[in-house]
Amino acid sequence: MSILPQGRHPVAVKPRLRPWRYDSASFLSNSRNGPSPAMAENTPCITRHNTPEGERLQLSGSWTAARLAAPAAWAQIQTALKTGPRLGTAHTRWDLNSLQRLDHTGAQMLWNAWNHQWPANLDITTAQRSMLARVAQYTVRPPPADRTSLWQLFLQLGARVWLVIDHIQGLTRLTGQLLIDLLRLLRAPHKGPWRDISGHLYRIGATALPITALVGFLIGVVLAYLMSLQLRQFGADAFIVDLLGISLIRELGPVLAAILIAGRSGSAITAQIGVMRVTEELDAMRVMGIAKGFRLVMPRAMAMALAMPLLTVWTTLAALAGGMLASDLALGVTPAYFFAALPQAVEASNLHLALAKSVVFGLLIALVGCHYGLRVKPNTESLSQGTTASVVTSTTMVILVDALFAVIFKDIGL
Amino acid sequence: MNHPLAETPSLQAPPCVVAIDKLWSVFRDAGRQAVIHQDLDLCISQGVVLSIVGGSGSGKTVLLRQILGLETPTHGQVTVLGKPASELGSEGAASRVGMLFQHGALFSAFTVLENIAFPLRELGTLPLDLIRDVAMVKLQMVGLEPSQAHKMPADLSGGMVKRVALARALVMDPPLLLLDEPTAGLDPDSADTFCTLLRSVQRELGLTVVMVTHDLDTLFELSTRIAVVADKRIIVNGTPREVIAYPHPFIQDFFLGARGQRASVLLHETPHGK
Repeated sequence: MSILPQGRHPVAVKPRLRPWRYDSASFLSNSRNGPSPAMAENTPCITRHNTPEGERLQLSGSWTAARLAAPAAWAQIQTALKTGPRLGTAHTRWDLNSLQRLDHTGAQMLWNAWNHQWPANLDITTAQRSMLARVAQYTVRPPPADRTSLWQLFLQLGARVWLVIDHIQGLTRLTGQLLIDLLRLLRAPHKGPWRDISGHLYRIGATALPITALVGFLIGVVLAYLMSLQLRQFGADAFIVDLLGISLIRELGPVLAAILIAGRSGSAITAQIGVMRVTEELDAMRVMGIAKGFRLVMPRAMAMALAMPLLTVWTTLAALAGGMLASDLALGVTPAYFFAALPQAVEASNLHLALAKSVVFGLLIALVGCHYGLRVKPNTESLSQGTTASVVTSTTMVILVDALFAVIFKDIGL
Repeated sequence: MNHPLAETPSLQAPPCVVAIDKLWSVFRDAGRQAVIHQDLDLCISQGVVLSIVGGSGSGKTVLLRQILGLETPTHGQVTVLGKPASELGSEGAASRVGMLFQHGALFSAFTVLENIAFPLRELGTLPLDLIRDVAMVKLQMVGLEPSQAHKMPADLSGGMVKRVALARALVMDPPLLLLDEPTAGLDPDSADTFCTLLRSVQRELGLTVVMVTHDLDTLFELSTRIAVVADKRIIVNGTPREVIAYPHPFIQDFFLGARGQRASVLLHETPHGK
């Protein structure tokens, strides 16, 4: 492996085969005897000797990545390498014979200190020489990482626009596919993935009951308490029923439930489908001729569309209960009055609107979750990005669509 | 375990790099329990290439994971480089043991070069240009082109993933290298090249290698010793010739079946003088 002919080096090559063989042995001895004097030798260092022939740099200790990375050793060696020798002068003699061990990191460091040239005076073992030769052979400048030009930045901007269009196309296609799949289900209901649907219904709906109830109840309490403070100033205590009824039933109930479910089940849908992409399960389904729209997207969308209105009613009820409790405590509005006044305060069309909204929310969350899940590329980073994007998008969409509903149906129920 | 560190290693048996002592692996699951290993002993000495073979479910991979300290045995001790295997995962583990996982286990968020350099960067002291140089050397040692350095793992072929994973396992020059199915999923040509690469790296660096493989070609190509796991213990641990000659139904089936016959031709062609 030697690169240079032996004749050019005034080198005393001692036949030693140590650097690799003894390492684990020294590891063994250290661990068995505890800290011993031998441990101190392990610290890599450079000692300078001034001899009549010139300067001699003696390297000792274990020149391995782990040892070299110890800050004290690193500092000592760096100072010695920088300030000490007039590198490259013929008088400097490098003595590597007392090295306990040399690994590629140590060899690389030496080679870099030598400015990628063999020093003229070098005492070295064959094993060390072959390691240094290997490092020398393979030391190249790494290819520069791609730099982005102004033109590429411009193109990237265009690519962003295309990405948005791509997302819209994907979502539209998914929605269309869902309609086709629903028609297919209507034509042959016995072939439908009913077990999947009931499973998703349980996971999305039933298991979300405690958390939605808790959050709804607390929001109801907080709202009623804050409103009661304001209303009392005007002596309009009785209007708390109207305020709470309209805001909770028409707006907060559906939106609260949708945002909770978007965070809880929307992310789960994306992660589930994304992992199926990573583990090639999606490809396996395709190879078996099983339509992913029919078996993956439709059951989730149906379960979501069914569970969301139910959860909305549930959340609204919990919030009203909380509001009722708080108004009783803060304003003395009794539950009996609350029950009696609520039907007059809130028209039934508000409830219909809320239910219709929540069906749309449910479909949206399911479609956005599936959309991002199906776009996951087979690596972990893409999975995490997809999940994040899915939750952010579906939450934003829920609020956007809610605003849209508010504008369109501003004359109904108010 | 019992070998005192010898002043003159040539006179005494060398110490075990990996020593497994009275190992029991029991998996309990809701009332049922499955004993995988029962009083299993194994000593892997310095510089050998040892293959662990055994039938499906005989606990080869479990054994490998126990050597790595990823799983704790029910009873018994696993000692790696003189320390309990459970302490292996502590800081600086990459300088003691390298592991080549079956599917590479590259960090998908990093480029090839960043993957290889990762253990060195974690040390925190070494300057980035030195780390980059070291990683580039390792990249080329495993036969990759410098131009591959900035690729992402998702853009690599199966063989290249294994090479990068090997370079990463070796970046701190650990004395012990563990391989889980090193050639699984590679085409015969890539598998051959990868075997040659492994062998040359092992010789150049004097590594101790422990591997689990089902591939008989790889087995005979690389191993200097074979340990057979059957009947919940190591039934035989010796040179390939000794193992084939051992009378046990599993060994007869495994090595002397039709596939084994074809592969063992290799054994006669490539002499392993150890």
